[in-house]
Amino acid sequence: MSETILNLYIFVLACFIGYQVVWGVTSSLHTPLISLTNAISGIILVGAMLVSGFAQASGGAQFLGFVAVTLASINIFGGFVVTQRMLSMFKKKN
Amino acid sequence: MTLSPALLAIVYLISGCLFILGLKGLTHPTTARRGNVFAIVGMAIAILATLMDPAIASYGFIFAGIIVGGSIGTFIALKIKMTDMPQLVAALHSFVGLAAVLVAIGTFLNHRTAGTLEPELVIELGIGAFIGAITFTGSLIAFGKLQGLLSGNPVVFPYQHHLNLGLGILLLILTYSFYTTHSLGVLVLLTLIALALGFLLIIPIGGADMPVVISMLNSYSGWAAAATGFTLNSKLLIITGALVGFSGAILSYIMCHAMNRSFISVILGGFGGDADGEESAFASAAEKGVKSASPDDAAFFMTNASKIIIIPGYGMAMAQAQHALKELSKTLEALDIEVKYAIHPVAGRMPGHMNVLLAEADIPYDSVLEMDEINPEFATTDVALVVGANDITNPAAELDKTSPIYGMPILQCSKAKQVFVIKRSMNTGYAGVDNLLYYMDNCSLVFGDAKEVVENLVLSIKES
Repeated sequence: MSETILNLYIFVLACFIGYQVVWGVTSSLHTPLISLTNAISGIILVGAMLVSGFAQASGGAQFLGFVAVTLASINIFGGFVVTQRMLSMFKKKN
Repeated sequence: MTLSPALLAIVYLISGCLFILGLKGLTHPTTARRGNVFAIVGMAIAILATLMDPAIASYGFIFAGIIVGGSIGTFIALKIKMTDMPQLVAALHSFVGLAAVLVAIGTFLNHRTAGTLEPELVIELGIGAFIGAITFTGSLIAFGKLQGLLSGNPVVFPYQHHLNLGLGILLLILTYSFYTTHSLGVLVLLTLIALALGFLLIIPIGGADMPVVISMLNSYSGWAAAATGFTLNSKLLIITGALVGFSGAILSYIMCHAMNRSFISVILGGFGGDADGEESAFASAAEKGVKSASPDDAAFFMTNASKIIIIPGYGMAMAQAQHALKELSKTLEALDIEVKYAIHPVAGRMPGHMNVLLAEADIPYDSVLEMDEINPEFATTDVALVVGANDITNPAAELDKTSPIYGMPILQCSKAKQVFVIKRSMNTGYAGVDNLLYYMDNCSLVFGDAKEVVENLVLSIKES
C-alpha cells in the first residue's frame, strides 16, 4: 500500500469520527466549536516548521516558513485563548 | 535530543486523540473547558515533538514565528469584543488558508532543492495550494463584509457563475500542467487564479447568509490543512483537517437547514443585503398600519405577566444590549416572573453567536433554549419580547407560500398573548421581506435602539 493510499484511509476514517463527534456538540456551543477548530487547524504549524527548519532550505523557503509559522501560531494561541474566554462565561443558574 | 520516526508517530497519534476528545468535550457546557484543555495539551505535545524531529535543522525562524504569532494571537483573543467574534473567526480562517499556500510553495522549493519531487507529491502540492488560496481570499472577503469594510450587499454581475466555473476548470488544467512540468511559475499562476476564485465565490453572498459562509470557510480551512497533511505525509494534519473540515460542513448543513435554503443556492448567492437608509419609523409604521408602543406600555404588560420569553437577534449584538437584557431579566425575576430566552440557529452572524453574548452578560445557559425546545412554550407565554430580530420571527415563513422565506422554521412568538418588538425602524430584515408579525393584533412595535429601550424598560418596571 503506497503512502498516499494509507493517508487516504486515515483521512476517510477521520471524516467519520468528525461526523460522529460534531453532531454531538450542543448548539449553544457552536461559536466555541468554530474557535476551537480554528485553534486546532493551526496544527498546520507542524508543516510550517518543517519548511522553515529544513536543512537545505533556501533563504526564500525559510522566510515562507517563518511567515507560515507566525500565521499558524496566531491561530493556535488566538483560537485557544478566545475559546477559553468564551467557555468560562457559560454558567448554570446559581 | 531527537525522536525516532516511530516515537514521533506515537506522539502525533496521542495529539490526534486529544483533539478528538477536545471536540467531544463541547457536547455540554460543563465538560467544554476540560475539552479545550485536552486540545491545548494535544497541540503542545505535537509542537514539542516536531521540534525534536531530526528533519528540522534550524530553529531561529521557528522560535521567532511562534513568539511573534503567539503574542499577536493572545493579544487579539484577550481584547476582542464578543460581538466581533464572527470577524475574528473569519480572519483566523484566512490565516490557515495563507499558511497552507506558503507551506505548499515552501515544500515545493525544499523538495526541488533536495531533488525529491515525486509525482504524487506534486499533485498534492497543487491541490493544497489551491484550497488554501480559495480559503484565504474567501475569508478575507467575509471578514471585510462582517467588519463593515465592504458592503454586506451581494455583488452580482452577468455570467458570474460561468466565470467561476471557467476558473475552476482552468485550475484543474493548471494542476495537471504543474504535475507534468514541475514548474514554479505554474504553481504561482495556479495560486493566483485560486486567490481570484476565492474572492469571486464569496462576493455574491449577502449578509443574511453569513452564518453559512463562516461555517463553509471553517470547513475549507480544515480541508486545506488535510491537503497539507497529504503533501507532508503527516497523519496528524490529515486527521485534524478531516475533523475541522467535517465540523464546518455539518455547521453549514445545520445553518442551511435552519433557513430552509439549499447549500447550492447559498453558494450561488444574491440573497439579502444590508438594510436600506432609514426613514421616519413612526410615519412609515402608521402608513403601514402597525401599532407602536412606548417602553412604559411594554413595561406595564411585562410587570403583569407571569412568563416572558425574550428573542434576541443581530440587532441586540449591534446595540450591545446583552448586559441591559441581563438587568431586565434580574428585575423581572425579582418580581417572580419567569424569563426565558429563545435562540434561532441563524440568529446573529455566526452559529451560536447569541448564546455567547448572553453568556457574556452572565445569563445562565439553562434559561437559554433553542428553537425546537421553546416553540411549544409560546402558547403559555404572556409576553414575547423580540430584541433586534426580524426574519426568524416572521409568520410569513409558515403562512405565505409566495414569500421568499416560506418554509424556513421560525420562532413562533406570535402565539404569545402579547408581542413587543424592539426595532430601530420599519426597514425589512436581511431577507428584504416585510414581517407579517408586525400587523398582527397582539403585536406592538417599540421603536428605538435596543439597548436604550431595554434600559428604559428596566427603569419603568422599577418605578412601577
